[in-house]
Amino acid sequence: MTGAQSLVRSLEAVGCEVVFGIPGGTILPAYDPLLDSTKVRHILVRHEQGAGHAATGYAQATGKVGVCMATSGPGATNLVTPIADANMDSVPIVAITGQQSRPLIGTDAFQEADICGITMPITKHNVLVTDPADIPRAIAEAFHIASTGRPGPVLVDIPKDVLQEQTSFSWPPEMRLPGYRPTTRPHGKQVREAAKLIVAARKPVLYVGGGVIKADANAELLRLAEDTGIPVVTTLMARGAFPDSHDQHLGMPGMHGTVAAVAAMQKSDLLIALGARFDDRVTGQLNSFAPDAQIIHADIDPAEISKNRRADVPIVGDCKEIITELIDAVRAERETAKAVDLAPWWETLKSLRETFPLGYVWPEDGTLSPQYVIERIGALSPADTIYTAGVGQHQMWAAQFVKYEHPRTWINSGGLGTMGFAVPAAMGIKAGEPDRTVWAIDGDGCFQMTNQELATCAIEGLPVKIAVINNGNLGMVRQWQTLFYGERYSNTDLGTHKHRIPDFKLLAEALGCAGLRAESREEVDEVIGKALEINDRPVVVDFVVGKDAQVWPMVAAGTGNSEIMAARGIRPLFDEDL
Amino acid sequence: MTRHTLSVLVEDKPGVLARVAGLFSRRGFNIESLAVGRTEYPDISRMTIVVSVDELPLEQVTKQLNKLINVIKIVELEPSASVQRQLVLIKVRADATVRSQVLETVQLFRAKVVDVSPEAVTIEATGTSEKLDALLRMLEPYGLREIVQSGMVAIGRGARSITATAVR
Repeated sequence: MTGAQSLVRSLEAVGCEVVFGIPGGTILPAYDPLLDSTKVRHILVRHEQGAGHAATGYAQATGKVGVCMATSGPGATNLVTPIADANMDSVPIVAITGQQSRPLIGTDAFQEADICGITMPITKHNVLVTDPADIPRAIAEAFHIASTGRPGPVLVDIPKDVLQEQTSFSWPPEMRLPGYRPTTRPHGKQVREAAKLIVAARKPVLYVGGGVIKADANAELLRLAEDTGIPVVTTLMARGAFPDSHDQHLGMPGMHGTVAAVAAMQKSDLLIALGARFDDRVTGQLNSFAPDAQIIHADIDPAEISKNRRADVPIVGDCKEIITELIDAVRAERETAKAVDLAPWWETLKSLRETFPLGYVWPEDGTLSPQYVIERIGALSPADTIYTAGVGQHQMWAAQFVKYEHPRTWINSGGLGTMGFAVPAAMGIKAGEPDRTVWAIDGDGCFQMTNQELATCAIEGLPVKIAVINNGNLGMVRQWQTLFYGERYSNTDLGTHKHRIPDFKLLAEALGCAGLRAESREEVDEVIGKALEINDRPVVVDFVVGKDAQVWPMVAAGTGNSEIMAARGIRPLFDEDL
Repeated sequence: MTRHTLSVLVEDKPGVLARVAGLFSRRGFNIESLAVGRTEYPDISRMTIVVSVDELPLEQVTKQLNKLINVIKIVELEPSASVQRQLVLIKVRADATVRSQVLETVQLFRAKVVDVSPEAVTIEATGTSEKLDALLRMLEPYGLREIVQSGMVAIGRGARSITATAVR
């Protein structure tokens, strides 16, 4: 068989069900046998960036490896953004790119790009396959590397003549990865040390990151939290890892987190970080972050530990195994040590939670409140709905005002902050979870970056639902201009309101979707209801909202978390003594 | 900032050097010296990297290096517990009037002359970078026409082998 046939056989053997991609010159040989595959479905996207984000959405929703495919040169470079995105958010995807034939590599041949060189700093690993006999091993290793340890993107670059050459196929191939041995079992002594600190802490907080979802450790987390009574905060990447309805949940920490979550970390004497990485959006100014807290840092990636904040007790391992062992260790520790009463701690936190709940005010100009729209979408949609978002104000509101009860129901671009993530990610999510409702909560700026994939969704039978929170502006940038640039609005008005260009309803229809619009409070529930009823094609709802709504609370960039503003000018933790 | 010597065992594959170098360059660290060569195992190469960097950023780079799939093992070699050597070839101006003085310096440093012409001699010397710096300082007054230096190579003292434990 040819290298191309070997590639498709390998994808089938490794369990790949769907590939998002676009053919082109150098990857053409692979597309021929792909036509005959009954196991691998190929979804023909409109732009390679869409293929990459779709693979990410698919992977985040299902926990499996997402796959995208592109040709050499521009096809491959169009994958750079989604690969960087997957790298920042530790998403297991495999990107397969065509490359110019071996004799032409390095000659500036047509559609040649050194994609391995380009993606070196943004992949977990990448490889140029120079011998067709290596294809099965390269694919097996790529899937193994992408999905184990700290997950991440792997790129496999295959020259055209390698795809065309005759070779033999055998499965499973022998993997040769002498330098790759991720630690999953935590060190027992470290776990016992952590348990000692947990039992002795007076103001502990469980600081939960995306690693808990990736490790499928939400059930263990719930047990640990309920066993200990410790308050929980879930980061942007961990929304859904712990039920929002749970009384011990304080919400999201960070730049736009709840006052209670941010305050809990600031006042804490022990942060138990589980699969979190002390990102600057969570810590604010690092040297004033959680000044009195000791740190237990559990992560599968040793390089994350003590990277930003020194850990007092580092634990390297898989979060599921770590939390499981922690539960037992804490129980054992409790038998000898006297348990600390957390009631005073909870009293402080509950008072903050009650005084500064998440909320919003309706715009004075009578326009529709974006937060209300998002809140209603969350309230009216089925319980197992999966939400995704672009990047900006609408993303923060979606993280705040939709209530997440289950893991893998909130999928967004956290680390890289990729505008345009929502539509293609929703496409990938729907391909992986066809029976569930998938809402992309998007902004009008983001939507205009990647909406072409709605054509793909319409043709491929992927009826996603898009809520365009249309405020006519690059809303988050505008918010910063309002707050920090003296209300000088440089290049943030997209004209979507003023000129109604594009008309999102008509655009949706042109792309084979149902187009709906809501402009007043009265229309919101009805339009959401209509959107939920349409399942034979994608739906786009143009929610025309006010441009002056802002995301609160907020920790301004470069300031410490104690300066969190519950609303403009209101700093509940600053200078107060609790 | 302190100087550190890292021994890095890597798979002998294309692109490994670029991956390793990239982790230093993206953090703005300058590699002072680099040597790559084969080991007693056919598929494994050994890099010796010398960098001047503070303890904490070094720890971060080391951890990031360990994450590279093609990196098998990293050991920091302390100068007191290892033998460190560098090789330098020096072309120094040495006509008849000063040649004997140059040759005397060569002898003092236990270096050797590997090429001679009427106007110049080429000297080969090995040693620690401190010794080679001292040699260069001594030769400088005669006129250094050209120097070329290898990267530092280093090996731990005693019977233990870092490769033997790495390939198990």
